[in-house]
Amino acid sequence: MNRAARLAFYLAVVLAVGLPLFSLGLWSFSARWFFPSPWPSRLGLRAWEYIFSPAGSQVLGALGVSLALAGVTATLSTALGLGAGRALGAWEFRGKRLVVFAFALPLVIPPLAVTLGLHLWFLRLGLAETFLGLAAVHLVFCLPYPVFVFFGVFAGYDPAYEEQAMTLGASRRATLFGVTLRLVGPGLATAFVFSFLLSWSQYLSTLVVGGGKMATLPIALFALMNSGDRPVAAAVCLVFILPAFGCLAVAGRYLSHAPGRRARG
Amino acid sequence: MPLGLFDATNLKPKSRPPGRLALALGIGPALLVILVFFGGGLWLGALEALGKGPTGAGRLTLEHFSNVLLDPDFLRALALTLHVAGVSSLLACLLALGAALAFHRLGSRARAVAFIFQAPLAAPHLAVAVAIMFLLSPSGLLSRLGVGLGLFESAAGFPLLVNDPWFIGVIVTYVWKEVPFIALMLMAALAGSEEGLDEAAATLKAGPWQRFLHVTWPTIMPALGAAGLIVFAYAFANFETPLLLGPTWPTPLPVMSYRMWSDIDLARRPEGVALALVTGMITAALMGLAWAVFRPRAGAQGDESP
Repeated sequence: MNRAARLAFYLAVVLAVGLPLFSLGLWSFSARWFFPSPWPSRLGLRAWEYIFSPAGSQVLGALGVSLALAGVTATLSTALGLGAGRALGAWEFRGKRLVVFAFALPLVIPPLAVTLGLHLWFLRLGLAETFLGLAAVHLVFCLPYPVFVFFGVFAGYDPAYEEQAMTLGASRRATLFGVTLRLVGPGLATAFVFSFLLSWSQYLSTLVVGGGKMATLPIALFALMNSGDRPVAAAVCLVFILPAFGCLAVAGRYLSHAPGRRARG
Repeated sequence: MPLGLFDATNLKPKSRPPGRLALALGIGPALLVILVFFGGGLWLGALEALGKGPTGAGRLTLEHFSNVLLDPDFLRALALTLHVAGVSSLLACLLALGAALAFHRLGSRARAVAFIFQAPLAAPHLAVAVAIMFLLSPSGLLSRLGVGLGLFESAAGFPLLVNDPWFIGVIVTYVWKEVPFIALMLMAALAGSEEGLDEAAATLKAGPWQRFLHVTWPTIMPALGAAGLIVFAYAFANFETPLLLGPTWPTPLPVMSYRMWSDIDLARRPEGVALALVTGMITAALMGLAWAVFRPRAGAQGDESP
């Protein structure tokens, strides 16, 4: 590829990815922007101040609910996925294919049918419109990812590494931090970040099970889109999107250090 | 999606579990969650769609399914959903193919741009839909730029790109979001391929087009097909994007199903669930097809769109 083609390609990528995000940022910092002027006539912090003022407290509330929900879901999902994924990766047993099939189902069948089916049952259990009910539904859609991540990690994991380290005189502590966590750590980070991101992005299942009463960030954002205050909606959208990019940065860091790659390379 | 983590190629011989209890403690909790909440949701949904009320009252009937399938709106919604999923997965595949080949060629020189390129992977669909709304709506940034540059007389001259009958805004959202996903699968396939083959073909005086057709294409075709079908299935089943960026009528299947389910007329509720099940079955069949046709060689099973 010659220099001009290369620069054109870079420019196309940066523009295509950047333009929608730039437009969000511009809206969120616009204080006055009359049509059809291509640039706001006055830039300002009104939208951002509104979010952090008592009048806009529902936004920070929704942020809190979303963070707590995604945190709880991702923790449970990683813990349960670690157990199941380790068993699948390390051991051979009867009925393993069936178990793998069961864990793959939520990846294949979309959430709509399942959440609509759960609604009446959750109403009777008193789980509808509660934090616990939402965590349960989110968990179902997050869990397959950690299971398959740890399946992969433990399929390539050899406990003999730990024995070798101890034979060479490493303490239990040193073995845990120097060997086990080095090998499993990237998987742990990936599993957690993935689950967090999936729960963070859930809209439909939250709408159905939460009945619109549990305001997570996406529920609040959708409501704001109907209110017509564009700068505030844009600012809330950025609050929704930035933690997700943070997750990607973390995952990218760990993925580039994944043990599977080093072992193969 | 965790590329490289699910690697079944370096399998060591598997051992038996140390005991039934260890196995049950490891797999049990996760499996229970899936069986109770996922299996339970499907089961209860199927019962509701088959006419059984929440208390188990009522007799089994296929009436709700036939009502939904014979509704003239169903065929319209099905065609619409196929159009949106088809066009967006096709466009995403084409763009991803170009980008993956370019990044593969550029290698580590393009690392910073490659990082930017991956950003849409993490962005939630609703956030992307909102951003696209602010960009493409009649009073959005592009329309303002167009009018400001004198390309259009007024906003009325700007083409309708959101809430439009062709679902252009919805398609743009899916393409923006899924191109890096497909490209990453392609780049993984390219990275795992035999470097020497391309050189050998070049030594044998194969032209660039011949090398693409006979060396590169067979390498990436399974990954492209699988990723494309996954994106198709995802676009087929997504809800919030057409809810925000589509017209109020007609709507794709998932939105139609939710509207029926939440109708004030409670009698429509089981029909909504029935339609959700039909949509789910179509999606599952597509994913099954993706797996059967483009079955990846050991290594890529864990890769899914987030």
